[in-house]
Amino acid sequence: MNGIKSISVKTKHFFEEIGDMSYFAIRFFKEVFSAPFEWKELIRQCYQMGNRSFILVGVTGFILGLVFTLQSRPTLLQFGAVSWMPSMVSLSIIREIGPVIIALICAGRIGSGIGAELGSMKVTEQIDAMEVSGTNPFKYLVVTRIVATTLMLPLLIIMGDAIALFGSAIIENLKGDVSYILYFNKVFDALKFSDIIPATIKSFFFGFAIGLVGCYKGFNCSKGTVGVGEASNAAVVYTSMLLFIIDFIAVFLTDIFY
Amino acid sequence: MREVILEIKDLKKSFGEHQVLNGFNLKLYKGENLVVMGKSGSGKSVMIKCLVGLMAASSGSIKIKDLDITSLGQKELDVLRTEIGFLFQGSALYDSMTVRENLAFPLRRNRDKINTSQTTEEIVLEALKNVGLEHTIDLMPSELSGGMQRRVALARALILKPKIILYDEPTTGLDPITSKEIIQLMGTIQETYKTSSLIITHDVDCARVISNRMILLIDGTNYIEGTFEELSKSGDPKVKAFFKN
Repeated sequence: MNGIKSISVKTKHFFEEIGDMSYFAIRFFKEVFSAPFEWKELIRQCYQMGNRSFILVGVTGFILGLVFTLQSRPTLLQFGAVSWMPSMVSLSIIREIGPVIIALICAGRIGSGIGAELGSMKVTEQIDAMEVSGTNPFKYLVVTRIVATTLMLPLLIIMGDAIALFGSAIIENLKGDVSYILYFNKVFDALKFSDIIPATIKSFFFGFAIGLVGCYKGFNCSKGTVGVGEASNAAVVYTSMLLFIIDFIAVFLTDIFY
Repeated sequence: MREVILEIKDLKKSFGEHQVLNGFNLKLYKGENLVVMGKSGSGKSVMIKCLVGLMAASSGSIKIKDLDITSLGQKELDVLRTEIGFLFQGSALYDSMTVRENLAFPLRRNRDKINTSQTTEEIVLEALKNVGLEHTIDLMPSELSGGMQRRVALARALILKPKIILYDEPTTGLDPITSKEIIQLMGTIQETYKTSSLIITHDVDCARVISNRMILLIDGTNYIEGTFEELSKSGDPKVKAFFKN
């Protein structure tokens, strides 16, 4: 009986959370287009998120390209299909692996950072202080961060994809004597706009999800310092789940339209 | 007749089943320092947060300059808030900003509210000078001691030259010497800026030095009202409990 009650409470809490987050998203869309605009803070957030994630995304992309090529090479060699390596790697990375892996890395790096920062501002009354001083904290803290993640994530993903392809090209150059020019010629021959555009559109949604969940968890943080940890942790967990759901929907829609 | 600058009538606030404020009333007169004392958890902070619209009251009215804040829209409330300075219990300085940025923050959208030809930098410096901390202008809040943080927060609360200042436990977490300094500073500010102050505290020393009048908040309502001397001589055991040390 207790088990059923516990499941019922958790289910209710889950749907309440979805409702609250939807309301939070609606409020974002209401406030994002209304003046005053916090341009300075938006640029600062874009810089912070892009600049601070640059090395992490770069290293992740590079290793992703290296490892993917190294792991695929023996199998392709067995079938005499190693010349397909640039096409296979580029399509896999640009359409799916690059955006998802980099978005997950950013969920950990940026999403948890936003959750912890806003959470700690909430419990130390900094958000209240902002409101009392006549500044709309939702606009200043939430809108700027969500817009920044939505704009910066596609850029980080494009950069990460490019570095991953470069990593793959290095392995092909060292192991298969393929020149860089030939490798990238084959990459661009294989890629079509129908591969790049859906992946890029998808990455905007990934960015939005990371910003939205991080801000929602941080802005609604309670229970003191414990709550800050919970907000940061929940931001990563919820965002990761949301990223997979968005990815599934994006792949499904791409399949229909392309 | 003294001018009433802030008036709370029959304020009620509950969280679920728990009734925190149960018909609280208050009048703050122009130029006075009114202390509201109560035990921890008695609803003092809830009351002060209802006062600036950070929490919605369950019922009752809160009038500041004849405007009932419980019925104001967001824009009108933001305008009214510039007339009120708020010193938070934990200072609430923005920890990602320097002291200069912290003080300049309220001026971003309300610069025209202050009738002065001074630049933002000059206004910030003057506010810091008033609390004796102009040398900290480029420091981060984490580089300041608790007492210095409280003084910077006070300077920030005063930056828009408000008519009313709300102090939420201004001496909590400070050592006795620093507490004394903060209390003295509060007095100096009141004289300099001619503000009316509502002070929420459970610090008897603070109440003794700063108050013109006091209200004891017990069980969510005004238990007793009077000057410090009157209340400290009261024979009521509930009142005596506050002053026994």
